[in-house]
Amino acid sequence: MPDKRMTVDDVVAELRDGMTIGIGGWGSRRKPMLLVRAIARSALKELTLVSYGGPDVGLLCATGKVKKIVCGFVSLDSIPLEPHFRAARQRGTVEVVDLDEGMLQWGLYAAALRLPFLPTRSGLGSDVMKLVPELRTVKSPYDDGEELMAMPAIALDVALIHMNRADPRGNGQFLGPDLYFDDLFCMAAKRRFMSAERVIPTERLLDEGTVHTLRISRMMVDGVIEAPGGARFTSCEPDYERDEALQREYAASAASPEAWNAFQAQYLGASS
Amino acid sequence: MIDYSLDELCAVACAEAWRDDGEILASPIGVIPSIGARLAKETFAPDLLLTDGIASLVANTLPLGAASPAKVVEGYAPYRTIFDIVWSGRRHVMMGASQIDRFGNQNIAFIGDPRRPKAQLLGMRGAPGNTINHPTSYFIPNHSVRSFVAKVDAVSGVGYDRAAALGARASRYHHLRRVISNKGVFDFETPDHAMRLRSVHPGVAVEEIVAATGFALVIPPDCPPTRAPTAEELRLLREVIDPTGLGKKELGA
Repeated sequence: MPDKRMTVDDVVAELRDGMTIGIGGWGSRRKPMLLVRAIARSALKELTLVSYGGPDVGLLCATGKVKKIVCGFVSLDSIPLEPHFRAARQRGTVEVVDLDEGMLQWGLYAAALRLPFLPTRSGLGSDVMKLVPELRTVKSPYDDGEELMAMPAIALDVALIHMNRADPRGNGQFLGPDLYFDDLFCMAAKRRFMSAERVIPTERLLDEGTVHTLRISRMMVDGVIEAPGGARFTSCEPDYERDEALQREYAASAASPEAWNAFQAQYLGASS
Repeated sequence: MIDYSLDELCAVACAEAWRDDGEILASPIGVIPSIGARLAKETFAPDLLLTDGIASLVANTLPLGAASPAKVVEGYAPYRTIFDIVWSGRRHVMMGASQIDRFGNQNIAFIGDPRRPKAQLLGMRGAPGNTINHPTSYFIPNHSVRSFVAKVDAVSGVGYDRAAALGARASRYHHLRRVISNKGVFDFETPDHAMRLRSVHPGVAVEEIVAATGFALVIPPDCPPTRAPTAEELRLLREVIDPTGLGKKELGA
C-alpha cells in the first residue's frame, strides 16, 4: 500500500522561488503552521500566497518570502488586523490582490473544475474591478443577457493544509466545526501536502467522526506529514484551541525589529 | 419616562433594520449589531435565523459574552454555506464602515494608495458580494467627517450610484436598508438614493449631524426622534441579551 508520509524538509525541498502556494484554514484557524514555519526558515523567495489569510500570510511577510498575496482579508480573528501583513503592505513591499471572499472561493473552484472562470455577481460595482485590472465580465448567452463577473481560475502550484487526522495514504479528516475551503485548495493545486495532528490506520478513520468528516481524499493529496500541534498557535478544534497568549506575543512582535527578532528566535528557532 | 443609554437606543435602531425581513439569515458584524439582531429575533422578527459566529445556526437567544445556556442548534452553516446563502439572497447583513459616502459606498479595505496604503484595514472581506446580492445595513459607532466622507478611498460595499451604473438587471438585488450611527438613523429613500436622515437620536441636534457629515445629507423638514426602547426591550437587553454590558463598552458610554 503506498505510504505518502514525508517530513517537513521533504515538503520544503519540493518548493521553488516564485511558486503560487495556496494555504488552507481560515484567519487564525487550522493553519498548517508547522509547514509555514519551515518555509519561513527556508531560503525561498518571491512566493505568491493564496489564502483566507491569517498568521500564515503575516509570518511569511515578516520573513520576506512574499511577492504577492491573493486574499479577501488577512486577520488573526481575536486580533482583527494582522500586524505583520499590515506592516508589509503599508511599506509597499508586497502586492495584494484584494478579492471578495466569495470570489476567492469561486476562483479556487474554477481551478478545481479545470474551468477558465466561473460567473458570479460578486465584485460587480465594487473597486475589486478597479484594483484587479485583469478581471473581466461575461454576458449570459441566454435570453436574460445579464452581465456577470467572470472570476478567473486561481491555479496553484502547491496546496498546504492541516487536518485533525489522516491515514498514511492521504485520506484526511476534519473534526472541528468547518472544513473551510481546504478541499478546493487541494483540488486547485498541482502538488498537495497535508499535515495532520495524528496519522492513524485507515480502519480507524471513523473512530472519532462520521463519514461526513472525511472530506479530503487520497486522490487530492501527494504527501502526509504527521504534525502534532502542527497548527499552533492557530486553533485546531477539537484537538486544541487557539493559543491566544502566543498569538498576542506574535502580534506584539510587529512593534520593533528587536521584538520581532526575539519572537522569531522562539517561534521559528526550533523545527517542532 | 424610561431611562436608557445610547448603546440601548442604537441596539433597538439596529434591530429595526431587520423588521419584516421574514425567514432569512441575519448577519450582524460587531457587538451592537449582534445585540440588535438578537433583540429583533426575540421580539418582532421571530423568524430570523442567527449563527453562533462559528458554523451553527442557533435557535435560542444566547447572551453576548457571558457564559451561555445550552445552545439549541437548528442547522449547519459553515463558511461555504454562508457564501451560498449570500448569493441566494436570503440574508441581510449589517457591517461596519471605516468610511461611507452619500450613496452608501463603504470602505473597509484600506486608506490611501492601494500599492502602499497609509492604513491597511480589514480588506474587502465579503462586502462586494454582500451588497450586490442581498440587503445590507451599516452600523457606524463614531459619526464624524472622517467616517461620513465625500469620497471613500476604496469601494468595498457597493453604493447606489455604482449599482445604478451597472444597470437595472445586474443591480436588482442591491438594497441598502439603513445606516445607524451614534447620532442618528439614515436611509436611502430619496429619488436618487442619496443618504437621508431618517431619525435623530434624542439629545442630538440636526445641526450637529450635518456638521459631522462630509457630504450633503438629505434632511427632511420634520425629522422624528429615533424610537426609544420599550420597557420590555430594555429588560431583554439587560437581563437576557447583554447582561455584562458589552454594548456600553463598545460605545464608550
